This record gives sequence, structure tokens and C-alpha cells, in this order.
Amino acid sequence: MFGTAIIVFREVLEAALIIGIITAATRDIPNRSRWISAGLLLGLLGSAILAGFTEQISELASGIGQELFNAVILGTAVLMLAWHNIWMASHGAELAEGARNVGKAIQDGTKECSVLLAVVGITVLREGSETVLFLYSIVTSGQADSSALLIGGAVGMIAGVVVGYTLYKGLLRIPMRWFFTATSLLVLLLAAGMASQAAHYLIQADLIPALISPMWDTSAALPEKSILGLLLHSLIGYDARPAGMQLVFYMITLVAIAAGMKWTNYRPTANKLEAVV
Amino acid sequence: MKYIFTPILLLPLLTFAADETFTIQIKNHRFEPAELTIPAGKKIKLLVENMDATPEEFESHELNREKIIAGNSKATIYIGPLSQGKYPFFGEFNEATAQGTIIAK
Repeated sequence: MFGTAIIVFREVLEAALIIGIITAATRDIPNRSRWISAGLLLGLLGSAILAGFTEQISELASGIGQELFNAVILGTAVLMLAWHNIWMASHGAELAEGARNVGKAIQDGTKECSVLLAVVGITVLREGSETVLFLYSIVTSGQADSSALLIGGAVGMIAGVVVGYTLYKGLLRIPMRWFFTATSLLVLLLAAGMASQAAHYLIQADLIPALISPMWDTSAALPEKSILGLLLHSLIGYDARPAGMQLVFYMITLVAIAAGMKWTNYRPTANKLEAVV
Repeated sequence: MKYIFTPILLLPLLTFAADETFTIQIKNHRFEPAELTIPAGKKIKLLVENMDATPEEFESHELNREKIIAGNSKATIYIGPLSQGKYPFFGEFNEATAQGTIIAK
């Protein structure tokens, strides 16, 4: 039962942390809860469907379908988070000031909401399908204590959600002055971590070279299985034995998004002119 | 210009030909063989056949690999090139019994 709780906790935690950050980062977007809930529901539904197609997906592209699928999903999430951060860099201040009635802001806000829906949905889909498969394997293996194992699963799930919710509540307590900087930084690191994970799948599928593998080995000092390792893996993409190519993906994503945010920030006048016209 | 790129386009074929394939089976939530020796310094193709009806996740922190294998199906995982040493792996869904080691020599 304990083992089940841990496995489910690991999967749920990753999704819960991402959703916690995203939910906090978009606190001033009108109707954002509705969009996030919709993403959550769609993601859960998709997980069940995806779990049922594991075999078919695996067999695609001569056995590397799963890696391709994961890499594409992660890549999409990175693009969405990038869009979110760059959008926030130019509109965050307006939203915080309560200037919600500006036509353009609302129009963009809807776009931002669909990005929210997609990021949440994708996150749940990825972590959820593994959890569904795992729980399914417990039920079908016909072990006598499968109900105890399922209770363990529920405990793990609740624990994961609690951690995500705690992070969300904690982020909301950050003073407004630093709030955008803090949440943007978290989203930026999330995106870079996802890019590194995408690279990891592409290396596993032998589609890109690993370059140097591993770049370093910190598994003795900070194992990925430990609580801290797990948190850092989910939040900033910590990997105890990363390949060189993962680092390349990480840095490119980090620099590209940061540059995008800087660039939009330097052109506030252009935005205001558009709003007037 | 295209003469420069032709050899690059052929590269994947070369690596494909060089990858040696090794097979591990999953039976009754155990790996068979539980110990697999592979050449060090070379990339290999690992074929994991799941003979059980239940899904399994092949995972190894040391190899930095993880992959779900549905019940009664196969999965391909590329590994290495590894330096000499022992690399434990396990089945995350049945960790109590599904344990194995890859030895790179």
C-alpha cells in the first residue's frame, strides 16, 4: 500500500506543482478558474483514453511512438508556457491594475485562457495516463490486497494535490511587487525543465545524440527519488544524470523565453498605441 | 552544396547498422535474464518483451531511461554508449520482484 501511495504521489505531484504555479500566475485573468477546471477534466478524460491506447502508441514509428508522443506533448507545453510568460510580461501590469475592460486585453485574455486550458490538460494527460495504467495493472493482476493498494493510490493522489495547493496558496502570499517576477521565473524554469525532458525522450528514441552522457552525476548527493530531488525535478527540471543535449535544450529554452519577455517589455509604447487605435 | 550533405544524410544508416540488439523478457513480473552483459562504449538497442498481461514500466535511474510497456507487447529502448560498470533497472509497477542489472564490459 505504501509503495502504491509513493508511485501515485510522484505522478500527481508533478502535475499538481505545475497547475499550482499556473493557477497562481494567472490570478488576475477573468474566468481563469473555469478554464483551468475544463483543462483538468479534459486531461483526466484524455488520460483514460490514452492509457487504453498505450500499446498502439508504443508500436508507432517502429517502437519509438511513446517517446515521440511525450516529446511532442512536452514541446507543445513549452511553447504554451513561453507564450504565457511573454504575454504576461506585456499585459501583467494592466491586469493587476484592474484595466480589464480594454477590448484588446479581453481578446488576448481569451487566447491566454485557451493556452491555460491546453497547458493544464496536457500536464494532466501526461502524468494521468501513467497513473491510470498503474492502477489498472493493480486491479487486473488479481492480487488479494488490491483494495488496500487502491487506498494507497488515493492517499498518494490526495498528498500530491495538497502539496500543489500549498504551493499555490504560498505563491499568492507573495507581495504584488514581486509577484509577477516570481511567478514568471517559476514558469520560465518549468518550461526549460520540460524542454530538457523532451530532449531526454528524443535521446531515448535515438533521434538526437546525447552528446556527453552523463554531463554530471549527482545521484549520490541528491537522488531524484528523494523528496527534494523530486520537487526540484518537477519545478526546475533537475536531473541527477543529464545528457549534454538535455542541457542544450534547457539553456536554449531559458534564453529564448527570457529574450521574448525582455523584448515585449521594451515596447510598451507600441502596445499602448495599438490599444488607442 | 548537396555533395556536402549526402554523407550527413547517410549517417543514420551507419548508426542503425551498428546498433546491436539485446532482448529481455518480462514474465511473472520478473526480468529474464535479470542480468544482461552488453559491450561498453557502444550504443545498443534493448528490446523488452512483456509476456505478462499487465503493463510494466521499465525504469533505471542509472541509465536515465523510463518506458511503459503495455501487457503482451514489446518496446524498444536505446541505451548507451555506457562506460564500464553495473546499471540496475527495475519495473516500477512491480518493484518487489522486477529487478535487473545491465553490466557494461
